[in-house]
Amino acid sequence: MLTDITIGQYVHGDSVVHVLDPRIKIIITIILITSLFLIGNFWGFAIFLSFNLVVIKISNLPFKKVLKGLKPIVFLVLLTVILHIFMTRGGEVLFQWKFIRIESEGLYTGTFMASRILLLIMFTSLLTLTTSPLQLTDGIEYILKPLKKIGVPASEISMMMTIALRFIPTLMEEAEKIMKAQKARGADFESGNLIQRAKNLIPLLVPLFISAFRRADELALAMESRCYQGGKKRTRLHIMNINRRDITALILAIALAVVVSFF
Amino acid sequence: MSLLELENVEFKYHGQTEPALKDINLTVDKGEFVAIIGANGSGKSTLAKLLNVLLRPDKGDILVENINTKNKKQIWEIRKNVGMVFQNPDNQIVATMVEDDVAFGLENIAVPSEEIRERVDHALELVGLTGYETHETHKLSGGQKQRLAIAGIIAMEPSCIVLDEPTAMLDPQGRKEVIETIDFLNKEKDITIILITHFMEEASIADKVYVMNKGKIESQGPPAEVFEEIDYLRSINLDVPAVMEVANGLKSKGMKIPEILTIDGLVDALC
Amino acid sequence: MLIELKNVTHIYDQEQKIKALDDINLEIGEHEFIGIVGHTGSGKTTLVQMFNSLIKPTSGDIYVDGIKTTGKKPDLNHVRQTVGLVFQYPEHQLFEETIYDDVAFGPRNLNLDQEEVDKRVKVALDLVGLEYEDFKDRSPFNLSGGQQRRVAIAGVLAMRPRVLILDEPSAGLDPQGREKLKGLLKRLHQSYNITIILISHRMEEITQLSSRVIVMDHGKIVLNGSPKEVFSHKDKLEKLSLELPEITEILYRLKERGCDIRTDIFTVEEAVDEIINVVGSQNYVN
Repeated sequence: MLTDITIGQYVHGDSVVHVLDPRIKIIITIILITSLFLIGNFWGFAIFLSFNLVVIKISNLPFKKVLKGLKPIVFLVLLTVILHIFMTRGGEVLFQWKFIRIESEGLYTGTFMASRILLLIMFTSLLTLTTSPLQLTDGIEYILKPLKKIGVPASEISMMMTIALRFIPTLMEEAEKIMKAQKARGADFESGNLIQRAKNLIPLLVPLFISAFRRADELALAMESRCYQGGKKRTRLHIMNINRRDITALILAIALAVVVSFF
Repeated sequence: MSLLELENVEFKYHGQTEPALKDINLTVDKGEFVAIIGANGSGKSTLAKLLNVLLRPDKGDILVENINTKNKKQIWEIRKNVGMVFQNPDNQIVATMVEDDVAFGLENIAVPSEEIRERVDHALELVGLTGYETHETHKLSGGQKQRLAIAGIIAMEPSCIVLDEPTAMLDPQGRKEVIETIDFLNKEKDITIILITHFMEEASIADKVYVMNKGKIESQGPPAEVFEEIDYLRSINLDVPAVMEVANGLKSKGMKIPEILTIDGLVDALC
Repeated sequence: MLIELKNVTHIYDQEQKIKALDDINLEIGEHEFIGIVGHTGSGKTTLVQMFNSLIKPTSGDIYVDGIKTTGKKPDLNHVRQTVGLVFQYPEHQLFEETIYDDVAFGPRNLNLDQEEVDKRVKVALDLVGLEYEDFKDRSPFNLSGGQQRRVAIAGVLAMRPRVLILDEPSAGLDPQGREKLKGLLKRLHQSYNITIILISHRMEEITQLSSRVIVMDHGKIVLNGSPKEVFSHKDKLEKLSLELPEITEILYRLKERGCDIRTDIFTVEEAVDEIINVVGSQNYVN
C-alpha cells in the first residue's frame, strides 16, 4: 500500500549517535564523504567500513535495514565494476577469451570505485537512519544560515522541507483513495505497456494535483493569518545546543578523516 | 468600547458583478460569544477573511481593538489579535509534530524560546491535548486536528478567535469535541469567540446570533429570539434541528410552549 | 444473494495485528436499502470496499453475484460493474476536461460501443438532475461543489451497477442538496430496483431511507435489523456513544419522564401527532 512508504528511513532510538546535534552529524557526514574521495588505497576503505560497523552497533540499528538501504544502488555498483573491468586497460592480463580481456588495472579501479560508492551511501544512510527528518531540516537551516548573506533563502528552504514532510503522508492517503475510486469505475493501473500505463495514470494525477494546489492555497492563508512573513526573523521552540559530546564526536571524525586520507 | 466593529462594510470579489457582502454592521464585545450563521454562499466566509485582513473592504470600516484594517502598517498587529481557525483540519497544520505546530505562530512573532515552551504547554492543556506534544499531526483524528488548530491560535493570545465552519468536515464525535472546547474557552477562560457555521444547534449556545443571506445580515439577536422564525430560516437553506421542528409543529397545533432550542428544553416544557 | 461474506477478517496492520474487520458474516439481497452506521474507524469503509473487491480480506470468503472474489482470478470487471462505489467527497476524483468525458470514463473502461456510452451518460446525468445538453461540454471544475458531487455520482451510475454503495454522500451539502440526494436514492431504489448501501453519520437519513440498519463497532457487526429494531437498543447505542436520531432521542426522554409514548417514530409530523396525543390527553405522570 502507498501509505506504507515511510519518509526517510529514520529508526527511532536514544543512542549516543541519535542524540548528537543534527548540525554536527551533517558536518561529520560531509567531512567523511569528502575524505572518501581523498583515499588512495584499500586500507582507508577498510578503516571506514569498520567505522561504519561500529556506528551501526552503537546506534542499535537493525543491520538488515542498513543493507536494505543499499539495495537500490546494487545495480549502479555492479555497472561501475563491469565497466571498469572491461574498459580500463593496464597492468597484467588476468583473463582472455576471444575479444574479452580483463586486465589487473581494470579490476582494481572497478573495485575501488564500487567501494567508494558503497561507503558513500552507507555514510548518508547512517545520517538519515539516526536523525529524524525534522531534525535534519532544522540542521540544514542552521548550516545554510551564513549563506543568507549571499541571498540563499535558508529559512524558506527549511520551511519548504518541513511542509513537504508534513504533507507527504496526507497526499499519499489521498492518492490511494483516488486510485480506488477510479478502480471502482473500472480503471486499470496495472496492465499495458509503459506508455499505456503512463496514460492510465492521468485519472490519478489530475485530481491529485488539483487537490495539492487547493491545499497549498488554503495552507498559505492559514500561515499568513498566523503571522508567517517569509524570511523575517523567527524564534524557535527547539533550540539546538552543542555540548562536549558533540565536540568530541567532531574531533574524532576529523582525526579519522585525516588519518584515512593521508594514510 | 467594542473589540470588533464593522461599519457599513461592502466587499466585492474581483471580476464579480454582485458584491459578496453589503451593508454589514456588526459589533463584538470582549468576552462575547457571537455566532454568524448562513447557508453556502451567503458571504459568511468572506466576512471571516475580512476580520483577519486576508481581504480588505471596498467600502466601510473594520476596527479591531480600534485599529482600522485599512491601516497597512498594523496588519500583523491585527492578525495577532484576530486568530483564525479554518474549515479543513488538514490544510492548516504546518508541522509534523503537535508541539511544533502550536509553536508555529509564536515563532513567527518572535517570542523567546522559553516562553514558547510555556505557552505551547498551556495552550495544549486548554484544548485537552496534553500528552500529545510529540505525536505526529497527520495521525490525529479530525476533532483532535481542529483542537490542535485552536491551540495554535490561543497560544498567540489573540483578543478574539474567529472559527470559519470548524466542524463542517468532522464526524459527530469530532464536532462535539470542538464545540465543547469552544464553549469552555468562552465560558471559563473568557475568550471572545466568533463562530461561523451553518449548524443552528451550534449557534444556539452563543450569546448573540447574526443570520446572513445573500451577503447581508438579515436578522440578529439572542438565539432564542432569532430561531423563532423557523420558516424563514428554512427558506434560506439553513439546517433546522429536528427538535425545533417538533416544537414548531406543536405550537402550530395550538400547544403553548416557550421558545425551544434544545432537547432538554423541549422535554422540560412538556413534562 | 447479491453479496455474501463468510467469516471475513481483515488485518490492516500486520505488525500490530489491528483488525479492521473481525469475523464478519453478512448477506445482502436484491432490492435492499441498507444503512450502515458506526464511528470513524469502526470498519464501515473497509467493509464496503470488500464488496467490490477494492480490498481483499486477510481470511474468509466473499461472493458477489455468484463470483467468488476471494478465489483465483475473479472477473473483477464484472464485480465492479455489479457493485458501484461512491466514495466520500467523490467530487475530488473528477479529472476530465468535460462533464461528458468524466461520466463516460466508467462505461469506456467497460469497452462499450459509442452509442451505448452516449446513452448511459445521458441517463446518468438525467438521473442526478443535470440537463445533458447544457452540461455535457462544460468543465466539471467550473461547477458548484454540490453539482460536482452529482457529476461524480453520475460517473458511478453510468456503470449501471445493481448495488450502489455511498460513503457519506451528504457530507458538506446544505439542506436542499441533501433533500435532492435523498430523492435520487429513493428513485434509484424504487424505480430502478438498485440495492443501495448507505454509510452516514446522519441518523435521520438512515431511519428515513433504509429498510435495514447495520451498526458496526471495532470491526464487528453489533446490530443488524430494521430501523425500529436497531434504534430500540438505546442503551447499546449509547454505550457505543452513537447518537440516536434526534426525534427518537426526544421520545425516549419523554418516556423516561413517565410519558407513555411510542419511541419507534422517525418523522417530525408523526412525532408531533404522537406528543399531542399523549401529552395533550394528560396521559402522563409528572
